[in-house]
Amino acid sequence: MLHIPLINRIVIWGLVVAGLALAMPNLFYPRVERHNDAVAAIEAQGATPEREADSGAWPSFLPSGLVNLGLDLRGGAYLLAEVQVEDVFAERMEALWPDVRDALREVRGEVGAIRRIDGAPDVLRVRIENEGAMAVAMQTVRELARPVVSLTGAGRSDIEVAGDGDELVIRLSEAERQATVDRTIQQSLEIIRNRVDESGTREPSIQRQGERRIVIQVPGIGSADELKELIGTTAQLTFHPVLSRTSDADADAGPREIILPSMDEEGVSYVLEERPVVTGEELTDSQPTFDQNGSPAVNFRFNPSGARKFGDYTLENIGSPFAIVLDDEVISAPVIQDHIPGGSGIITGNFTVEESTRLAVLLRAGALPAEMTFLQERTIGPELGADSIEAGQIATIVAFAAVLVFMFLSYGLFGLFANVALIINIGLIFGLLSLIGATLTLPGIAGIVLTVGMAVDANVLVFERIREELKTARGPARAIELGYEKALSAILDANITTFITAAILFTLGSGPVRGFAVTLGLGILTSVFTAIFVTRLLLVMWFERRRPKTIEV
Amino acid sequence: MRLKLVPRETTWDFFRILRLTFGASAAAVIGSILLFLLVGLNFGIDFLGGTTIRTESPAAVDVGAYRDALTPLGLGDVTITEVFDPTFGPDQNVAQVRIQAQPGQESVAPETIAAIEEALRGVDPGITFASVESVGPEVSGELVRTAILAVTLAIAAVLVYIWLRFEWQFSLGAVAALVHDVVLTIGIFSLLQIRFDLAIIAALLTIVGYSLNDTVVVFDRVRENLRKYKQKDLRDVLNLSINETLSRTVMTSVTTLLALVSLYVLGGDVIRGFVFAMIWGVIVGTYSSVFVASAILLWLGVKRDWSKPDQEAGTQFGGAQP
Repeated sequence: MLHIPLINRIVIWGLVVAGLALAMPNLFYPRVERHNDAVAAIEAQGATPEREADSGAWPSFLPSGLVNLGLDLRGGAYLLAEVQVEDVFAERMEALWPDVRDALREVRGEVGAIRRIDGAPDVLRVRIENEGAMAVAMQTVRELARPVVSLTGAGRSDIEVAGDGDELVIRLSEAERQATVDRTIQQSLEIIRNRVDESGTREPSIQRQGERRIVIQVPGIGSADELKELIGTTAQLTFHPVLSRTSDADADAGPREIILPSMDEEGVSYVLEERPVVTGEELTDSQPTFDQNGSPAVNFRFNPSGARKFGDYTLENIGSPFAIVLDDEVISAPVIQDHIPGGSGIITGNFTVEESTRLAVLLRAGALPAEMTFLQERTIGPELGADSIEAGQIATIVAFAAVLVFMFLSYGLFGLFANVALIINIGLIFGLLSLIGATLTLPGIAGIVLTVGMAVDANVLVFERIREELKTARGPARAIELGYEKALSAILDANITTFITAAILFTLGSGPVRGFAVTLGLGILTSVFTAIFVTRLLLVMWFERRRPKTIEV
Repeated sequence: MRLKLVPRETTWDFFRILRLTFGASAAAVIGSILLFLLVGLNFGIDFLGGTTIRTESPAAVDVGAYRDALTPLGLGDVTITEVFDPTFGPDQNVAQVRIQAQPGQESVAPETIAAIEEALRGVDPGITFASVESVGPEVSGELVRTAILAVTLAIAAVLVYIWLRFEWQFSLGAVAALVHDVVLTIGIFSLLQIRFDLAIIAALLTIVGYSLNDTVVVFDRVRENLRKYKQKDLRDVLNLSINETLSRTVMTSVTTLLALVSLYVLGGDVIRGFVFAMIWGVIVGTYSSVFVASAILLWLGVKRDWSKPDQEAGTQFGGAQP
């Protein structure tokens, strides 16, 4: 009758023990956290006696996974940024123009004179003299096209060329745009990750959201502004030929020229060629250093192609000034003294040591490929987080105690079994949360409390059913068996529907709401497991020992 | 001696007051819709865009002085509310400052936040900013769309699941109960002007899940009893099923409410609105599974040939007509 095979019992207890073992490190949160940090630090930077001591504080054979605390519990900053991919499209067009110009000049005999026309930044428009030679012009430009490098766009070319009257219209193809967006976001993610990691904060989370957005969450940082500074919205380093120096910042720039202010000379601006000779993207290394006068400076080294461009330019332009531009400000505009063939150089300016160090880090981490705008931000102070944890803990304990007492009063011994299962249930939720490295948020705690209330539901369904079956009096063992059998469909239907809503919340929600969905969903899984297997096993074990003639539920 | 919230055997007729309860539900739904249309919800910045700053200070909050300090900044609509909570210490005076989205700004302006903090420090040098949150108007629009999508999807998913597991009449009954619960929750939020933010949407979906849980348990028993008592009147079968599951319905609601109330009282003010929505939802959800879902089932009628052997699990697709 009431029989559970030994193998099933072993599996059930095994799962419970494994789950509780995974949850256990959370009871020693600060100690395990120090241990984990120390282990990571030893791996990255080598051992020190201090780190050894911290790492020894928790035995390494025990599980050491912890539930991450969300920003609302630990304090920190959250940013939702949108990457301005259009900038990259515009840059691509800008870079394409000299090639188009040169190619069309080669067929000058047919197309005649050409002139670039201003238009949308992501489109290159060229007017040709002989409208009749449009086909030739289009063909010539099409030969510049390269295949798209991406899985979905493979085999297609990166630019689209069309004719519009006497204008040649060149734009990026849809496949190339898609590939560019993906590449830009990946690059941005990587760079942000590098910069945040250099600051040494724990467990930052940097994720892509949707097509062009990035969510950055950094616990323990003072404010969203600090985080923005760390990311450094753009650290675009470029080198431009200088056309002239001016004191009028609002002077009209000629076509393909820009006017940028000087960083340290008040009121001075430079007129530069818009197209840089070489950009920071081709930098391979950058270190803080000192110049020959002993003031802080930053040295840099280009990759081979950057070095070649830089070398050629300096060779051809000895004696002309050359501007080093960082984020639309001219750091310095030295005169080229000599040919610089090796691809390395030094940037001097009125830097402090901190500034030169920071600049070197920014340059080394690479420039963000495009600017970012911030759509949403959140700063949570550590005290508010601590208050929330405390309030959450007290509320959970009280809720827990109330439900335990209530269950015992209502169902007596059976209530006790349900209570044991409920305690195991909470342990399992934490075990699973630690296992998958989920983040616990304040709504997540609410999810757990709600689970405490609802987890007993499955047990209540069974107990009520057993009560009913007892009335038909075919002995307690049969009643228990039937109780479980008949309650099963209600338990499954009820929990599957709730699970569906948790899944939808998880898919569509973000941040704290998602944290709630995770704990709710896991809570449903563990509560069904504990009710169907654990409580039943407890009941059966008790029944086998006592063999009661009558039972009271 | 056992604690009993419901007598062990009940034979109450839940449909005796059908007109009254149905009328009350209909009136409450219409009232909620009217409230929503006429008064509207007190949307948080998640949905409107803007900035909220939570301040904390050992000195008492002087809302008037705060307002005077912020008025010269010309930020448009500024709301300042003092927050009271039993979990606060004696030197903990908390206020919430909310600034509307600034026209013409797509994203968040750090200068604005800095200016506000500066101005408030002028009033109270000991003030600290426990949390600062800004949402740009572009995101808030998307959040609204996602929220509506989430609730609609949840209800649609449930409709399909119950249809597959039961019959289309059950499905309509359950969904009517869900819509009833969601609408009433929106109604109480407009009535009491509690801040309606993204977390409340999560609460709404949980209410959908919970209310459904309750309804499904009753329906599961109805299905079983329909097979068992083939000759019985539908009304009697429904009554019997509700009575049989009543003890469980009440037990589960009580344990859930016990947990939620302790969270409401002790969990701090940050999630109070969220917990309130769930408490309300549990009460309304329990009511609706009996008085809305089952009532609709009674009204629609149900086909009675559950006993066919090939339909043992009740998983036939709902092609049957009443």
